[in-house]
Amino acid sequence: MTILDKTADVPGPHGPGDANTPLLEVRDLHVEFHTRDGVAKAVNGVNYSVKPGETLAVLGESGSGKSVSAQAVMGIIDMPPGKIPKGEILFKGQDMLKMSPEERRRIRGAKIAMIFQDALSALNPVLSVGYQLGEMFRVHQGLSRKEAKAKSIELMDRVRIPAAKQRVNDYPHQFSGGMRQRIMIAMALALEPDLIIADEPTTALDVTVQAQVMDLLAELQREYNMGLILITHDLGVVADVADKIAVMYAGRIVETAPVHELYARPAHPYTRGLLDSIPRLDQKGQELYAIKGLPPNLTRIPSGCAFNPRCPKADDICRTDLPVLHQVTEQGGGEIAGRGSACHFWKETIHG
Amino acid sequence: MPEALTVKDATPPDTAAPGEPKPEKARSLWSDAWYDLRRNPLFVISAALIVFLVAMAVAPGLFTDVANPSSGDPANRYLQTPHFAHVFQADWLGYDVQGRSIWARMVYGTRTSLTVAICVTLLVTLFGSLVGMLAGYFGGWVDALLSRLTDVFFAIPFLLGAMVILTTFPNRSVWVVVLALAFLGWTQIARVSRGAVMTVKQSDYVTAAKALGASTTRILLKHIVPNAAAPVIVVASIALGGYIAAEATLSFLGIGISAPTISWGVDVSTAKDQLRIAPHTLLMPSILVSLCVLAFLMFGDAVRNALDPKMR
Amino acid sequence: MGRYVARRLLQMIPVFIGSTFLIFSMMFALPGDPVKALFGEQHIDPVQVAQIKQNLGLDQPFMVQYWDYLTGLFQGDFGTQIASQRPVADVIADAFPVTVRLALFSFVFLVAVGIPLGVIAGLRPNTVTDRTLLFVALLLVSVPSFVLGYFAQYVFAFQLGWTEPNVQDSTNYGQLLLPAIVLAALSLAYVTRLTRTSVAENLRADYVRTAIAKGLPRHRVIGVHLVRNSMIPVVTFLGVEIGTLMAGAVVTEGVFNVQGVGRTVFQALIRREGSTVVGIVTLLVLVYLAASLIVDLLYAVLDPRIRYA
Repeated sequence: MTILDKTADVPGPHGPGDANTPLLEVRDLHVEFHTRDGVAKAVNGVNYSVKPGETLAVLGESGSGKSVSAQAVMGIIDMPPGKIPKGEILFKGQDMLKMSPEERRRIRGAKIAMIFQDALSALNPVLSVGYQLGEMFRVHQGLSRKEAKAKSIELMDRVRIPAAKQRVNDYPHQFSGGMRQRIMIAMALALEPDLIIADEPTTALDVTVQAQVMDLLAELQREYNMGLILITHDLGVVADVADKIAVMYAGRIVETAPVHELYARPAHPYTRGLLDSIPRLDQKGQELYAIKGLPPNLTRIPSGCAFNPRCPKADDICRTDLPVLHQVTEQGGGEIAGRGSACHFWKETIHG
Repeated sequence: MPEALTVKDATPPDTAAPGEPKPEKARSLWSDAWYDLRRNPLFVISAALIVFLVAMAVAPGLFTDVANPSSGDPANRYLQTPHFAHVFQADWLGYDVQGRSIWARMVYGTRTSLTVAICVTLLVTLFGSLVGMLAGYFGGWVDALLSRLTDVFFAIPFLLGAMVILTTFPNRSVWVVVLALAFLGWTQIARVSRGAVMTVKQSDYVTAAKALGASTTRILLKHIVPNAAAPVIVVASIALGGYIAAEATLSFLGIGISAPTISWGVDVSTAKDQLRIAPHTLLMPSILVSLCVLAFLMFGDAVRNALDPKMR
Repeated sequence: MGRYVARRLLQMIPVFIGSTFLIFSMMFALPGDPVKALFGEQHIDPVQVAQIKQNLGLDQPFMVQYWDYLTGLFQGDFGTQIASQRPVADVIADAFPVTVRLALFSFVFLVAVGIPLGVIAGLRPNTVTDRTLLFVALLLVSVPSFVLGYFAQYVFAFQLGWTEPNVQDSTNYGQLLLPAIVLAALSLAYVTRLTRTSVAENLRADYVRTAIAKGLPRHRVIGVHLVRNSMIPVVTFLGVEIGTLMAGAVVTEGVFNVQGVGRTVFQALIRREGSTVVGIVTLLVLVYLAASLIVDLLYAVLDPRIRYA
């Protein structure tokens, strides 16, 4: 049994243009929040990497640490109460955690941009969308108000907002939910960043609009060859756009896999539970599976495997030993690229 | 996938960590607030001060051995400066221009001040929240009428209005001052409780109660009142401090409570002519007025913070 | 917008009439007879008293008096002072500018000091700076203005000799400074606290997080996004405070001997000069109503989400 090396893709001395160099690499990241109820350990040793043009989906429930780890990458965690006691976040080979606040600010928005879940609250309600889009150009590129406005209209066209020219001075509340999310996307795209982090970009939208927005995002990603980290709890969204998936539970990655591998053969009981709880047409009339219990309190994560109180396969070892991310292999022993499972019983799960 | 508890991940609320709800006990707003309050030094200090002040008002004899604070000292110790070592004794904080013990007058004045402030607060809270509740719950023309009525009273400057009322009475007892202040003071509570009731009215549990066929009285008493009470209590306890200041100000201006009732405001007013030669005669009662107001403000403030989870 | 203003103005009419009626009836109930007070200790000729009363309309029924007063008011006639025979309008015209100057001076101080302090505290919620500022604000609210006034007078005029204890020339801003600060103190504390709360609340808002994620410099996040949004409730409060400051001048003007509206109304109250008191209170009500309308309209400018129908 081999243990998956956490630094599988070591950044070489290549330029950022090399498709095999990870754009972003997160290594052993820990994030905790100091609250009056104790220390909430939101992220406990996460590793992942994204290459240019690649889409990584980070999947998990609320409180799994998926959003917090992304916010750590963006550098927008409130500290205090937040704290990053350990870890590295390498962007094009440079550890952003060691950079000065000013260096990080220059990267934010320009090189790494973020799309938030609820565009209505994420956009400033009292400023026009044109102003908010134009701010990107004015601050990062020093354009004048007028030039910035022209660029904003161009951007709004690009994300296919009808009558962009007339609507540039409108306020966020005057747009529909889908249009607002397009504005968020436009804002993230403004300076053609290398990496976009989309935090549940379609959760707040109607199902029909969800697909449109997701398609737009995927299309623009291809066009600019950007890396994309897609944070979601929606397995349906992931299947269409992601290249690889990292499933998070209680601040750890419990399973990583190329997207279709994961759906076909989950190697972790938690992932299996998630897949089984998707309603399926061919199982109409049967009771829908649900993972029993609730996600753990992050101030008191269970010892051993954090999932053990809810796991149908849990054994004594699960209550005492924390499983590492094992390299998942075929029944014959052949390695499956990019697959890992943090389960003591991954073999039984995938092959059993 | 279940979204068990929606938590804004960047800043997890301090009460419940993201993840499962607390298994050990279900915390209500009030028990949570009480937990908070006991650990808030401002609350503990203000509560202790209030207890002290109430004790002075109830049993002034325990704090001073001067039986008649209205008569001058036989030794004619006019304007004598304080003897700070003589705690609680007649000459502790010195004597005023008529040779009366300043401390004794401060102790006896507490009853006046607190009686006025507490009575006004009670009246104002009862009447104001009744008006606010009716306006907020029934809406429509009831709301329009009551809101305009509130506006009419609110538009009149509080202190000035009270002065106009009080000058009509040649002899102003504690109760006259109470009524004058309450007559003009209820608007704030009415506005706050109207807002609170309107918010609560729209909540799902009220809709549910209505759907279950609960009577209006039942909905008002069982659902609206308990849930709209928090902001009213907070405003009332802060207003109480304000009424102490208002009473003192009116007495200071000479249109508050008439002698022989002892009032801090009157004493400050008497002392102002000796400001240059004997500042302590003005300072001592002034400090007590301020301390008293401060105690109730701190109290209200602490309660507000405890009841408003957003501010944690 | 125009329709909204029209509706608001219409709503103000009953409030205005109600308030003046209230204050008028409070004055009318005064037992002291202003005409008798005029004669003082002298022998009173009942015929003469009746004559004066008739001239002043004081023999009419209450409702008629009120109606006469109200119609006079709309023609700019505030009535006549009984003792001095001066038109009340003249008395007000003398005193009003003084109080307006004092209140505006106070207001400037309020905005220039209160808001920055609130922002400073709100940006660092629950730190030592924040708690200290909050506590000082609380302390300031607790001290009644007459106490603060005498305290300031004692320290700055008598002990340090920096300023005059009384205001001799109400156009001299140096002399007005101390009363203006004392007048502002109470509101200052409220403005600081309100700004602080609003800033601290908005600090956690999603759009502030977005602004940071956009890579905006800190001063821009605070200045353009945070503070502008946080000012909305503060502006509402400030508008109403203009009226409060003017009414609050009753006490401050007394302490510093400023010959403004506050002193005038106080003296009129003591002398039972009903028309002067009602006139001044009416004007203060008008100031309050106008200020609250302006605030509502300003609200729409600050917050585009608010649309008046």
